[in-house]
Amino acid sequence: MQETSPHAVHQHAPPTSFIRKHVFSLDHKVIGKQYYGLALVAVFVGMILSWLMRIHLAWPTWPIPGLDKLSAVGAPAGVMTPEYYLSLMTMHGTIMVFFVLTNAPFAAFGNYFLPIQIGAEDMAFPRFNMMSFWTTFTAFLVMVAAFFVSDGPPISGWTAYAPLSAIGKDAGPGLAMGQNLWAISIAIFCIGSLLGALNFIATTLDLRTKGMSLSRMPYSTWAWFVTAVISLLAFAVLLPACILLILDRTAGTSFFIASGLVLSDHLQPHSGGSTLLWQHLFWFFGHPEVYIAILPSIGIVATILPVFARKPLLGPRATIGCMIAIGFLSYMVWGHHMFVSGMNPFSANLFSVPTLFITIPATILTLLLSATVYGAKMRFHTPALFCLGFISVFISGGVSGFFLAQPSLDVYLHATYFVVAHFHFVMAVASIFGVFAATYFWFPKMFGRMMNDTLGKWHFWLTFIGVYCIFMPMHYLGLAGNVRRYSAFVDDYLIPLIPVHKFITIAALATGAAQFIFLFNLIWSRFKGPIASDNPWEATSLEWSTTSPPPFDNFGGRHMVVYQGPNEFGVEGSANDYVMQTSPEKIVTR
Amino acid sequence: MQVEAQVTLDSGSKPLLTQARTQFSASPALVSGTTTSETGMWVVVAAISMSFAAFTSSMIVRQGSSADWLHFQLPRVLYVNTLILLASSVTLELTRRRVIAIPATLRHSSVDASTLLSNGIYWLYVTGALGVIFILGQFLAWRNLAGQGLYLATNPSSSFFYVFTALHGVHLLGGIGGLAYVLRKLTGSKTDSAMYVRSFGAFSIYWHFMDILWVYLLLLLAMRM
Repeated sequence: MQETSPHAVHQHAPPTSFIRKHVFSLDHKVIGKQYYGLALVAVFVGMILSWLMRIHLAWPTWPIPGLDKLSAVGAPAGVMTPEYYLSLMTMHGTIMVFFVLTNAPFAAFGNYFLPIQIGAEDMAFPRFNMMSFWTTFTAFLVMVAAFFVSDGPPISGWTAYAPLSAIGKDAGPGLAMGQNLWAISIAIFCIGSLLGALNFIATTLDLRTKGMSLSRMPYSTWAWFVTAVISLLAFAVLLPACILLILDRTAGTSFFIASGLVLSDHLQPHSGGSTLLWQHLFWFFGHPEVYIAILPSIGIVATILPVFARKPLLGPRATIGCMIAIGFLSYMVWGHHMFVSGMNPFSANLFSVPTLFITIPATILTLLLSATVYGAKMRFHTPALFCLGFISVFISGGVSGFFLAQPSLDVYLHATYFVVAHFHFVMAVASIFGVFAATYFWFPKMFGRMMNDTLGKWHFWLTFIGVYCIFMPMHYLGLAGNVRRYSAFVDDYLIPLIPVHKFITIAALATGAAQFIFLFNLIWSRFKGPIASDNPWEATSLEWSTTSPPPFDNFGGRHMVVYQGPNEFGVEGSANDYVMQTSPEKIVTR
Repeated sequence: MQVEAQVTLDSGSKPLLTQARTQFSASPALVSGTTTSETGMWVVVAAISMSFAAFTSSMIVRQGSSADWLHFQLPRVLYVNTLILLASSVTLELTRRRVIAIPATLRHSSVDASTLLSNGIYWLYVTGALGVIFILGQFLAWRNLAGQGLYLATNPSSSFFYVFTALHGVHLLGGIGGLAYVLRKLTGSKTDSAMYVRSFGAFSIYWHFMDILWVYLLLLLAMRM
């Protein structure tokens, strides 16, 4: 159902030049694809970095061909130094968290589909939207530039703990220009993210079409909206933290650096700073960042799963309520990253309680998703498989969270591979599974062609089995006391664990290689895939009421009117088993 | 789940369409009368507030973390600057009220729109000038502090003083840029009634917020320095 408007309200005319159409575009769909492209480049860079680290961990004396070309000092004759291992680890974490997990599920798909799902023609502020992408792109270039400066990338990890990150070259390799580039890049990234969040919030509040009440918004839109609110408040804290860090590094202030530090035989000219202050500021951003990465994928899965289960999502209001609750609680738990930082044990307990509370909405969400599938006649296409895979890895990663949330257990498990396993499952892999599900699901809408389902299933199974082979054994390593961030295992108690590391490395190489199936499928389908219909999956939300791909103004001058929620699947008596959001059919009973 | 009746609507079935429309709540933006740019500005205000909250808590933690905090007398010019900035908010309101009244005045009198506009935006120039004077006044405060030997890295207290005043100044410079943008819109060739009413919305939220933020920062600095 739509009505034709005599006056289109698109804020800008269709561009004609190549630059305006594909580079400095104001169109949210192009910007969404640009974010996706950036995330795709970033994820392969991050993955190759993880390969390099894994090869070194399993076979520390093996020279890696070409690595000496990247850094003759960091990898003489192709064998990386312990410091260069930390540099690669820092860049892996930073690139993956900021430029992949924040960009892909939120900025890329959110930009493309949030306006369409609420029936808008574009974002509220298209110019800010364009700026947000190019700012983020600049941040990526600045970050990657750290590989090519003389002292290489920083060694302080993606968390950039002070005082390591706040002192210059005396603190170690990569902590002079490399760390400067890191801090500047993250500050720029914050500005881009704030501009993006501003657009998402204003668009959702003000540009919903007629009939699109908040309760009728698809779950993905809800997730992007809640994530935007979290993002706004979180990056607004990381930016000040970066400013203070840059001042400590360049202007001689003492926000994070304590008195009397002697490094490399030099007494550092700082006094009285608080190293814990950086941790507080960073984790006040850092923990909500976990939900910036995972909430969009939760919303994406809650949107996609019912389409393939052909059943309405169980507990739609509870789902939305849980997402809001997670967003709210995410600001109360940052201290659980700091149980071993030396803070008051009483504070640790205070942070432990809300951390355990947050498992309640997270558990409700996974139960609702699982119960939706129960008794369903599933259509096992690739997006559905990745949704089910998401539930699996989210639970696997979540369960280890119960252990880590308790200070008494965390004291033992902190900084071991147990933590590495936990956050990779619950944050990284779960989020990426959401991105894969979204890619296979929305590719037909974005490019007008279907992706190859057989290749998609191969991709799913290899990835699904692969990530379990990589991260499950890490729990065992952590329980055995294997500390993370070591570049080689020479202690007696670690030597028996090396075969496990070799297994993980082989699994990582194989799982990474499987991603090239995805890359091939993506590129091949873009040009050679079968032509997609407007609604190939028989879904209900507004993007499926327009052409594949959508026209410049999304609905071809039509102003959509919404009559239904997004959840009308398995409708008896309807011509199909579903009712589109734009259909005025009256559904009386369930 | 069952469908009671299969209803098909075309553009001619007005009664049903109207009936359906009445069930929907109108867009929140239409109900509250705010524009999208005003909504956006409230989001910006939230983000800036959050940033300064982070700086504030950093200052409190840093002051408590060590015994090296140096107390000093705030430069007196800051209080004059505060009055100047508060005055700029008053002049902004004067111009806003005059400009948004233009469409209504035009309906009841034969006065030329451009005369009304030039009378109204006179105070906007004053607002901009006061903003610039405030920034110059802040420079004087910096010079005063430097005269006492207090620089950015001298002590955490002076560090925070410079950080707070500099960042507020940068934000206010953005406000002066916004003021220039509003002036250009109002004096441009495409000005219409809607423009008169809407042009000030987002900008005046921002400018008044810069005032409130400064008063907050001054109180904070006065208490902590």
